[in-house]
Amino acid sequence: MEALLYLGCTVPIRNLNYELSSRLIAKAFGINFRDNEMLGCCGFPLKSMDVMSTILSAARNLAIAEKDGLEICALCNACAATLNEVAHTLENDQDLKNQVNDKLKDVDLEYNGPIRVRNFMRLLWEEIGVEQIKKAVRRPLTGVRLAPHYGCHYLKPSELTVGFDDPDVPHTLSSLIEATGAEVINYPSLKDCCGGGVLGMSEEVANSLAKRKLQEVSEAQAHALVLVCPFCNVMYEGQQKKIAKTSGLDLKVPVVYYPQVLGLALGMSSEELGFKLNRVKPSAMLKMVEG
Amino acid sequence: MARINLNDLDPSFKFTVASTRGGEGLQACYACKACTAACPIEKTVKRYDPRKIIRMALLGMKKELLESDFIWLCSSCYSCSEVCPQDVRFTELIFAIKNLASVEACAPAGLMAQRGLLKEHGRLYEVSEFENEKRSKLGLPPIVEHPEDYKSLL
Repeated sequence: MEALLYLGCTVPIRNLNYELSSRLIAKAFGINFRDNEMLGCCGFPLKSMDVMSTILSAARNLAIAEKDGLEICALCNACAATLNEVAHTLENDQDLKNQVNDKLKDVDLEYNGPIRVRNFMRLLWEEIGVEQIKKAVRRPLTGVRLAPHYGCHYLKPSELTVGFDDPDVPHTLSSLIEATGAEVINYPSLKDCCGGGVLGMSEEVANSLAKRKLQEVSEAQAHALVLVCPFCNVMYEGQQKKIAKTSGLDLKVPVVYYPQVLGLALGMSSEELGFKLNRVKPSAMLKMVEG
Repeated sequence: MARINLNDLDPSFKFTVASTRGGEGLQACYACKACTAACPIEKTVKRYDPRKIIRMALLGMKKELLESDFIWLCSSCYSCSEVCPQDVRFTELIFAIKNLASVEACAPAGLMAQRGLLKEHGRLYEVSEFENEKRSKLGLPPIVEHPEDYKSLL
């Protein structure tokens, strides 16, 4: 299958390990990721100031995908949810669509839709499936203990994720991790919000949200916390040192992206999967896998 | 909380919110407080209380809401929307209130800066040559800024 790879703002600048490993995984499973250098911000950062600006920014990207005749696969949970939400809103509001197209005309674009938008995990789940992934595993991650973190926009609002996962009892990422042969750790704050959405307003509030999960995952002796969103990464990886310092906790929780973990199980090297770019090295896990 | 003088309230405010995109569910709230119970922010910052924010909007406490600092503390996790029996969709509602505050009062400096970045670069981060060199060394395609489109749309 083919999809337009939507990188968003953060991944291609700050999270090259996520991008590198995602491209490798897509290739390994015959997913043809196409690039289009015209893509820009999804518009989510503007939503607090002006929802219409978000709708226009998202519609611009949807229109580019329509021009290419491709569905969108986004690596960031927030981008995927924003593009998906706007696609749904426009599908149900012809007046708004006309209004949007009036503006898009100025940038030589038009959106008719619908354009399908999925995050990479949903694409793997629905197009490849856990059984296929299990069959492709060459180096099972036996004995590796991993804590999943889905992220809010992976699961909610549930009207956008219906038929994929359940925000009350999420299971897809856990099953995808299990498919690598690793052990999935279930922990009380599994569904907690990372706090990333409020970081720009109050670092103190954001850090207090992220702290609990880091503490629990650390106490559960996980080899790593597994993410699929660069926004969550800012909190759990980027803010971890600060959280440890202000709370007096001894935190050294390796934070990895799911495609990196899957790549290891498929036999890819930690080097090509960009593990050098992970700030807290998952050394114990890599030693178990690569020796 | 300070005493409220009824004469200072704006009885039309609830209609303004309800006719703003995202605010449509406001008047359906019957104050069960499920939103507040589900809110991870409220657990840390008691003054960010979704149920109370809804009450304030319904009472017409426009100034107190739009000039407050707490309306900006939503992490947009959608927990409140998921548990609401009345489909108020508080996550969208608080976006609507923030949108009104941006017009009638003032948006926080951080948000204004992000808007500036999007207009100038079409992205949240400026893409320098350094970034594209780094990408190229790893075999990744370059990132190109298209600020002209964003300037025109925003």
